[in-house]
Amino acid sequence: MTGDAAAGSAERDERDERDERDERFHHLLKTFEGRPAATAGRAKDAVNEPMIRHWCEAMGDTNPAYRGPDAVAPPTMLQAWTMGGLSGHTDRSSAYDELLALLDSAGCTSVVATDCEQEYLRPLRPGDTVTFDAVIESVSPRKTTRLGTGHFVTTRMDVRANGEPAGTHRFRILKYALAAAPPKAPPRPARPRPVINRDNQGFWDGVREHRLLIQRCTACSTLRFPWLPGCNACASPGWDTVEAAGTGTVFSYVVMHHPPFPAFDPPYAVALVELAEGVRVIGNITGVPYDKVRIGMPVRLEFLRVDDTLELPVFRGEAG
Amino acid sequence: MNVGDALPPLEIPVTRTLIVAGAIASRDYQDVHHDAELAREKGSPDIFMNILTTNGLVGRYVTDHLGPHAVLRKVAIRLGAPNHPGDTMTLTGTVSALDGDTVEIRVVGANRIGHHVTGTVTVTLGAGA
Repeated sequence: MTGDAAAGSAERDERDERDERDERFHHLLKTFEGRPAATAGRAKDAVNEPMIRHWCEAMGDTNPAYRGPDAVAPPTMLQAWTMGGLSGHTDRSSAYDELLALLDSAGCTSVVATDCEQEYLRPLRPGDTVTFDAVIESVSPRKTTRLGTGHFVTTRMDVRANGEPAGTHRFRILKYALAAAPPKAPPRPARPRPVINRDNQGFWDGVREHRLLIQRCTACSTLRFPWLPGCNACASPGWDTVEAAGTGTVFSYVVMHHPPFPAFDPPYAVALVELAEGVRVIGNITGVPYDKVRIGMPVRLEFLRVDDTLELPVFRGEAG
Repeated sequence: MNVGDALPPLEIPVTRTLIVAGAIASRDYQDVHHDAELAREKGSPDIFMNILTTNGLVGRYVTDHLGPHAVLRKVAIRLGAPNHPGDTMTLTGTVSALDGDTVEIRVVGANRIGHHVTGTVTVTLGAGA
């Protein structure tokens, strides 16, 4: 087995294990389905005008049906009557608390309500005593949402007024683990900068002007590249420059596959180009796929704007 | 009234006050509906409207339009994008079914991020409607 195959198989095993763990956990969660979420709940307050008024004020609801001697409560208040308020619920079943604690322990400590479906069977009037029972209807498998990963818990509550059925209230919450802030894609590292010193300053000055300058010995006229402080042929330190015409051929090349350097997209071809003037220059080949670069291929100089502060001479392969 | 009829839209400025007043009037003291600092700790950029307030606003939208004799029979809503302070939620509605004096209305409440709420409200048009 190759290293890659072994790594792939280990990854698969890990995924299988996670799936299995999820499935076992969901199986456990499902055992709560059908168990009570609230038993013989009793509203902390009878239906009353002040709470109706506060609700209508908050909602901006001026419906006259909710005021006066024949007032009914806004039907959408149904759940409000059953709320535990600041002092909390006293009528939650241990099954519901157990389920929420189980989800907490699995890291699903956040909660958000997602669905509310209410049916109103009889209006609630001031003075009505509200009682209710609720059942855990379903617990979903692990779901990943924009908020995070967790489980939807659906409960169904039957609400009574003075013992008569007054409405049903189906409620769905998502108990979830906060999604970690999405990792910001790190900016692509910049390509390496050339090291510019007094021996090669002239070359980079030329590049800035889109001229590829070759050094020429003023003593023996030998051309040299890369730039050096003295002549290879006669050791003279005197030099001037010749501007390359920009034509050449691929003398040799390599294709970079591995290791990948962060600023580059492998595979790519790096060529040793023999310029028409006879010197050889290393550069990237553009305009030709890396696997179509060949020795002897004619190329033409161009300048590649890499980023704000870097331009480089590269060689465009010429078809044919 | 016909299937396909649109209700006039209702714009609800989602103020901090509306969010807090709605949460407290609905007896919902979850901190994410009144405490911005704790809401941020829980990954939300600010406090957000609770589902009971949304439910109340959806009901109000329909009865505002149909009048005090209309009686809500069912309200089923699903929440999407949260309503944060500073948002404006625009409620729109379309008659999706008619059966005698029972009307079903599809309601959407959109804010600048997307649909805060989508739902269906079933109403009976009482006497005088």
